[in-house]
Amino acid sequence: MDETSAFQLILSGDPQLLAIVKLSLAVTLAATLIAGVLGLSLGACLALTQFPGRQGLVIALNALMGLPPVVVGLLVFLALSRSGPLGFLGLLFTPQAMIIAQTILITPIIAALSRQVIEDFWAEYKDEFTAMDVPGAMRVRALLWDARFSLVTILLAGFGRAAAEVGAVMIVGGNIEGFTRVMTTSIALETSKGDLPLAISLGIILIAIMFCVNALAWGVRQWSVRHAG
Amino acid sequence: MKAYALAIALGAFAFAASPAVAQQQSIVVASTTSTQDSGLFGHILPLFKTASGIDVKVVAQGTGQALETGRRGDADVVFVHAKPQEEKFVADGYGVKRFNVMYNDFVLIGPKSDPAKVRGGKDIIAALKSVQASAAPFVSRGDKSGTHSAELALWKAAGLDPASAKAPWYREIGQGMGAALNTSGAMGAYVLSDRATWLSFKNKDALELLVEGDARLFNQYGIILVNPARHPSVKVTAGQAFIDWIISKPGQDSINGYKINGAQLFFANADNAAR
Repeated sequence: MDETSAFQLILSGDPQLLAIVKLSLAVTLAATLIAGVLGLSLGACLALTQFPGRQGLVIALNALMGLPPVVVGLLVFLALSRSGPLGFLGLLFTPQAMIIAQTILITPIIAALSRQVIEDFWAEYKDEFTAMDVPGAMRVRALLWDARFSLVTILLAGFGRAAAEVGAVMIVGGNIEGFTRVMTTSIALETSKGDLPLAISLGIILIAIMFCVNALAWGVRQWSVRHAG
Repeated sequence: MKAYALAIALGAFAFAASPAVAQQQSIVVASTTSTQDSGLFGHILPLFKTASGIDVKVVAQGTGQALETGRRGDADVVFVHAKPQEEKFVADGYGVKRFNVMYNDFVLIGPKSDPAKVRGGKDIIAALKSVQASAAPFVSRGDKSGTHSAELALWKAAGLDPASAKAPWYREIGQGMGAALNTSGAMGAYVLSDRATWLSFKNKDALELLVEGDARLFNQYGIILVNPARHPSVKVTAGQAFIDWIISKPGQDSINGYKINGAQLFFANADNAAR
């Protein structure tokens, strides 16, 4: 087998493969959405406010961008396990647990990067806003809107990190066939079964999906640039 | 920009709403990589689903980790292969009762060049001694799995202890059976494998089955319901239904019926099965 088999896999429309692809996208999109709301809010807050300990928080957030997925997986596992504090929720080995792990993994990335971007815009607009006496809420809206292209790129970075991750979702999802098996855990499984051609094919499909998502985002950007004049 | 956000939001909400559908009867079984990687579950679980309507979600781990998953209450049933560890699990009150399910055997895999000259031997202890004497690389699972326990017991029977001696040729990789076979192939090492994983393994390449047929290579699988007295979340009825089915004649027949290229991978041997 070689690259052609990857295309055969896609073209054959294998329902199992489609289910895996769908689950991967659903989990990662949900995590990106939640982390986007949390991360952008946190980033904007940090960029626009001054309080004691802010520097320390910024450094901590930047450091958390390097959070190892397997550690996130382990912490979420310990929290959600029946013997853990949140065990009563019965969430371990479910797609929701995977969303939680990916959200924790990428929220610091989105928060840290968006803080930097918004802060840079703020430095540029500060005098103008002060001179025109723009109210706080409007300032935030204007900054987020003008920074939107950079912020979308940040969301894509978060999406990419979450989609490519295997250590955390393996631990908290359990790689259960037809339930919590996603692209990356399938690749790990096929590798361990010695089916390297199939593993490579799945890898090519994952890369192709990432390409499509980014092409879509690029298209939306071009469209909005043209329509925003 | 708004359309983009809306699309993401819709996707997320559609997804958040969907798992409710899957909330029918289902149990979580913590099992080993050998039963999953060999394809056994893919063969028998659809039959059980037809017979009972119960979905079985398999989390494939090493035996040590699978028992830990049971201990924490994160599985309803454990299906593993390390009898002493299983009996301790039950004795400690984490499991209700242990049932024999099936067996297969371990085999010694090694490079085709066979530097330790063990090919065709029937005595696993002699073979391990030769491996040690030749200082040819040996890959150990090193993950407290059933196969790892069996391997350590065999070294002990040979009067050797390369793990504690930190022998440079003895390499603990701390991974599953498939990964251990991949690694052995790449470094031309010997490795102890269960026969089922070896038969279904697709990257055999420079590896070959060298030693088999020693009675000491017997590999028994057992199944245990996690104790609901410890973890009230255990789905007792559905979990016991799976155990009852797998040790019944239809369950045992389905295990015997699983073959790869005509070779049977597991041999059913539940105590009470009418055969």
